[in-house]
Amino acid sequence: MKSLIKYFTFTSELRSDEQSEENILGRRQRIFRPDYKFVRGKDESEIRAEGLNIHIKERHILKDVNLALPDKKITCVIGPSGCGKSTLLKTFNRLIDSVEGIRIEGKVLLNGEDIIGSGQDITRLRRKMGLVSQKPCPLPMSIFENVAYGCRIHGLANKRKLKMVVKHYLEAVGLWEEVCDRLNTPAVRLSIGQQQRLCLARSLAVEPQFILADEATSALDPISSKTIEELFVKLKRNYSIIMVTHTLRQALRIADYVVFMYMGEIIEAGDAQQVFNDPKHELTKKYLSGAFS
Amino acid sequence: MKFKFIEERLFKLLMYLATLAVFGFVVSIIWTIVSRGWGAMSWDMVSKLPGGGFYVGKEGGFLNAIVGSLYIVGASTLLGLLVSIPVVFYMNVYLSKNSRLAYVARLAYDVLFGIPSIVYGAFAFTIMIYFGMKTSLAGGIIVVTLLIVPIFIRSMDEVARTFPRELLDAAYSLGATRFETIRVVLRQIMPGIATATLLSIGRAIGDAAGVMFTAGYTDSIPTSLSQPAATMPLAVFFQMSSPIKEVQNRAYAAAMVLTLIVLALSVAGRLITNRFSKHRV
Repeated sequence: MKSLIKYFTFTSELRSDEQSEENILGRRQRIFRPDYKFVRGKDESEIRAEGLNIHIKERHILKDVNLALPDKKITCVIGPSGCGKSTLLKTFNRLIDSVEGIRIEGKVLLNGEDIIGSGQDITRLRRKMGLVSQKPCPLPMSIFENVAYGCRIHGLANKRKLKMVVKHYLEAVGLWEEVCDRLNTPAVRLSIGQQQRLCLARSLAVEPQFILADEATSALDPISSKTIEELFVKLKRNYSIIMVTHTLRQALRIADYVVFMYMGEIIEAGDAQQVFNDPKHELTKKYLSGAFS
Repeated sequence: MKFKFIEERLFKLLMYLATLAVFGFVVSIIWTIVSRGWGAMSWDMVSKLPGGGFYVGKEGGFLNAIVGSLYIVGASTLLGLLVSIPVVFYMNVYLSKNSRLAYVARLAYDVLFGIPSIVYGAFAFTIMIYFGMKTSLAGGIIVVTLLIVPIFIRSMDEVARTFPRELLDAAYSLGATRFETIRVVLRQIMPGIATATLLSIGRAIGDAAGVMFTAGYTDSIPTSLSQPAATMPLAVFFQMSSPIKEVQNRAYAAAMVLTLIVLALSVAGRLITNRFSKHRV
């Protein structure tokens, strides 16, 4: 409810500014600051996991994960396949709930508030967590409706405001120029790189605080991946980005903070500089040197 | 090496012949009804109600059956959609893949699918007698709805089961509740809905046994749900059983009209499907 009210305040603010194009553009900085929309706890920032254990049926997927992720930074989660990276990401937006036989123990604190447990408003939580998945997954709708869908389900119905929001976020991901004359064509007709940017715009349109990217570039061609990477670097001013990646080189390029996982455990986490240049743990050294992947 | 070529040729020929045979059936059916029905066909047939001596070869038409059939098909298709879309949505979005309930439900729909329409008719007839109802348009609509709901559900379900999980996740990750994903789900399974509707209409319009007991037959157009209604298959049946050659030919004319209606609905259905499935992922 609270977030809904804030959403309306947000849109009415938009309205007062929509008189001139100049104002809209001038507001971009503010629209891009999602933080004013959320009440923050004492613990400024970030996601924090405390003693997080996840079992799926008999398998122990995440083992005693303790983690604090910095705000407004790009965090790269690296590690070999099947080490629990995606599970960790899915725990943050509780998409993991739909997995059968799942058992979650421990705490995940978001702005100081525990998000595990039944009392949570999951839709509110998920709205704070924009998701960009591995394979671009546009909804079976037009380009316009893809971005508008999230706003609609959160109660924004005014056509004119919707248009503004859609335009704004398509511009934010650099897609507006490319699609402005065919907003009503099906989103699936876009190229795969454009689809991924559309998915990013769609996530941004509901004003998240975090962006969770699950190997967001692994299905893309090199140029599209580069565009996405550049976007992330641009977006980190206003969003905290948590990114699972298989490409070490990508992590090297854009990570501010690195988490190395192995067999469901966090082996090492720290500033990118430190982890890449001076890894403390033997396993990390081996992984970085390419001894296994 | 040589054998391979012969094999390829042989099976290609067989497939070609099978395809041709199916096409041949359609042509011969159409030829039969057109060659016998064309002479009896006139504008009066489709625009007039049966006159006093219609069934002994005097003037009139079978407008009553055309309208009755369209009423029943239209209403039951609508009702069928209203019942089956929630069922399919529930089975595929709310219930998990291994859900017992979904398993039992699917089994039940399979059984219902296979039940012949005369059994539905007899079943509804007993219930109608119990409640003291007479044959009526409402009775016909209900029976035909019962008849086509399993077709709706099973054919939509087949499409819905292939629904990509990531699409749901994408909607959830934007903060959608399960119910709010319905827009995404419906858009994606639209071709399934269209196919199901076509199949259902085909079965509904051609069904004679179910409506015989429940909708009855009448020479007038029903003006309320409690009045009996005539249907095309029964119009064909009654006229075909006549010993008079002219009346028999009118049965073929009625069959021709029925076939044309089915054809028109199918073509319309295809066009609509293409229009709605362009967004499909």
